[in-house]
Amino acid sequence: MTTDHRQGAGETPARIVPSHEVPPDATLVADNTAELIDVGEHHLCPGCGEPIAIRAVMDGLSLLGLAERCIAVFGIGCSTAFSNNLDVEVLQALHGRAPSVATGAARSRPGLAVFTIQGDGDLANEGLQEVLHAAARGENIVCFMLNNGVFGETGGHLTVTTTIGQRTKNTLEGRDAARHGHPMRVAELLAGIDGVGYVARGAVNNAGNVARTKRMVVEAFTAQQQGLGLSFVEILTMCPTGWFVPTTEAPAYLEETIAATHRVGVLRSALG
Amino acid sequence: MSETRLMEGSEVFADAMVRAGCRFFAGYPMTPFTEVLEHMATALPPVGGVCINAESELEAVGMVWGAAATGTRAATGSTGQGLSLMQESIAEASLAGIGFVVLNMARGQGDYFQATRGGGHGDYRTPVLAPSGPSEVSELMAEAFELADRWRNPVVVLGDYYMAHTWVDMDVTDSPPDPPDCPDWALDGTSGGTGAAKLVSPLGTTKQRDGVGYDLAAHYADRARRRAEMEAGIAPRAELTDTDDAEVVVVAYSTMARYAHAAVTELRREGLAVGLVRPVTLWPFPGDAVREASRGAHTIVVYENNAGQMIDDVRLSVLGATPVVGHNGFATDSSAFGIAPDVTVENLTSALREVLATPREGRADGDRPHAGDQRTADRHGAGSGEDLT
Amino acid sequence: MNVRIRGTVRIDTEACKGCELCIEACKPEVLEMTSTSTNTRGYRYPELLPGCTGCRACADVCPDFCFQVYRFDEPRTWSPEEGLR
Repeated sequence: MTTDHRQGAGETPARIVPSHEVPPDATLVADNTAELIDVGEHHLCPGCGEPIAIRAVMDGLSLLGLAERCIAVFGIGCSTAFSNNLDVEVLQALHGRAPSVATGAARSRPGLAVFTIQGDGDLANEGLQEVLHAAARGENIVCFMLNNGVFGETGGHLTVTTTIGQRTKNTLEGRDAARHGHPMRVAELLAGIDGVGYVARGAVNNAGNVARTKRMVVEAFTAQQQGLGLSFVEILTMCPTGWFVPTTEAPAYLEETIAATHRVGVLRSALG
Repeated sequence: MSETRLMEGSEVFADAMVRAGCRFFAGYPMTPFTEVLEHMATALPPVGGVCINAESELEAVGMVWGAAATGTRAATGSTGQGLSLMQESIAEASLAGIGFVVLNMARGQGDYFQATRGGGHGDYRTPVLAPSGPSEVSELMAEAFELADRWRNPVVVLGDYYMAHTWVDMDVTDSPPDPPDCPDWALDGTSGGTGAAKLVSPLGTTKQRDGVGYDLAAHYADRARRRAEMEAGIAPRAELTDTDDAEVVVVAYSTMARYAHAAVTELRREGLAVGLVRPVTLWPFPGDAVREASRGAHTIVVYENNAGQMIDDVRLSVLGATPVVGHNGFATDSSAFGIAPDVTVENLTSALREVLATPREGRADGDRPHAGDQRTADRHGAGSGEDLT
Repeated sequence: MNVRIRGTVRIDTEACKGCELCIEACKPEVLEMTSTSTNTRGYRYPELLPGCTGCRACADVCPDFCFQVYRFDEPRTWSPEEGLR
């Protein structure tokens, strides 16, 4: 790292010590203490992309004023316990079952923004048929899939979205199509189903992608509010622990391996 | 002026659910549950309810999980295999404090253990109500939803193939009452952003808001306590017929109890001292009623359309005080819809005559009948070596 | 040497898990991990050097919600001799 421009000639760089006081002549432009997230300790690993993705979801809810009329249906995975830190109503589903649980909640409370948060192991391995059926039924819910290509909570094992060559605990030499099969592109699957209102794939590996993903979240909830059917947003997240890479290399690893198979972008939108 | 209508048993189940306030139903077709699903698809929309033909039993119970968590009275069901598929959710719903009704439209009675032991994983129980026929369904269905709400636990209502297809006259004078108000714990979306957003989860009941996540040990201990309270809080019930002076007491539930009732009535007309205990609640099992009713009896005969399952609970009830024998093994092929040609009043009366005629000496409990052997009434008792049919 | 400073950040160093995603994300490269200091959980954490533009990238990528980003109403300057002006 170059440090030339920020220090005096050969001196120890002067640090602007983080202050707990709000600068009097400054305006807050980004507050990571999002109003719906109780900041503080959470148990997710250093460099995990899931809190970033969930924050994007919470920001989208806040922006559209849906916090007081929503139900978050969580699946089982690393992000499950993080639901503890959220100030929205949480309905916990079993592994794989979030879309059907959300269906029951949404049909019983049609005015609410009911959404699911699942990992790729939960949504695409354990319960793939659930989201496909919910999409085909045109359930007016939003489904988020946090895709890191591994079962993070069990310690980094192969999922159906694991990309070719990706190392996991049970594909230590990298996923080999001949031995371990091919990765499934879940957003593409959903985009081909009549009954969906919006399908997109975002990522949280850099600030630009985070901003883009937030827009996708807003569009997905907007489609839900307009009654356009099921909205699906897949969010690529870093899992340095499960990928066996340093935290600082995870964003590039996501870009070069995961996103090369699972392309970021809006795949389908019924929004006007 | 009262109005009656001839209904098939399965429609009686559907009508009873709507009258009990059920406004959400999801199921996957499987006989004899299919017919109930058909009737619910017709009955719910006019009262503002939702019926979904789910793509699998897993999704059916998931949908009910979601609906019930919002305080909506909800139900699902299936038979045998379909209920096996649902067991994970039923077990965990008990941990999550999500109450709904599960119709176990059994084929024979081979699913007694599935119904009364839960059939899933973990340390939970589900109350089980067993009507003897369509005319008792309305009353027990209302109770099932009350129990599901009261204990926030899945409650099983046990039907069977015979019951689903028995036509009865039902009083349909009153229109269904409105469902009860939504309980406070249920999700309605409005507590978000208040700093105290609600949580419904099998992992815990309050948000810890720290790095620990859920306090599972505390939650499981709390659920175990609530399970014990539920067991103590539900009075086990049995219907007794002619048991006061009975020398032989038959124990039978559901449709089999109707055959048993006819057999006991016939034998009583002949002056034979037989009685019947019909458990109405299968969990909690009315062990005290069985024990009291058989105090003066020399034999208890457990009459089941399976290879002998409830007989275990009967034996646990009397703890060896009275010999217990099984008369069972009729329809052990569950794919045969539980229809057994030899489930007849005549078959049972002749078996009971044999037991009544058998001297008491030399009887001993503990001889479990072989599966498939329907002539097991004390095969080792003195002088009872011959074929009972 | 004067450094133009358009923004600043408040950092919740106790919430930091030391992943360094903010270091990678910071375009003006004005965040630097502590070398010897750690928070009470044992993680090194970022400190701000002069030159912040208030671009928010650090806040956007932080998984532990450590950052609050501010922009000064009027840009300020920093020099080794006089500090922040």
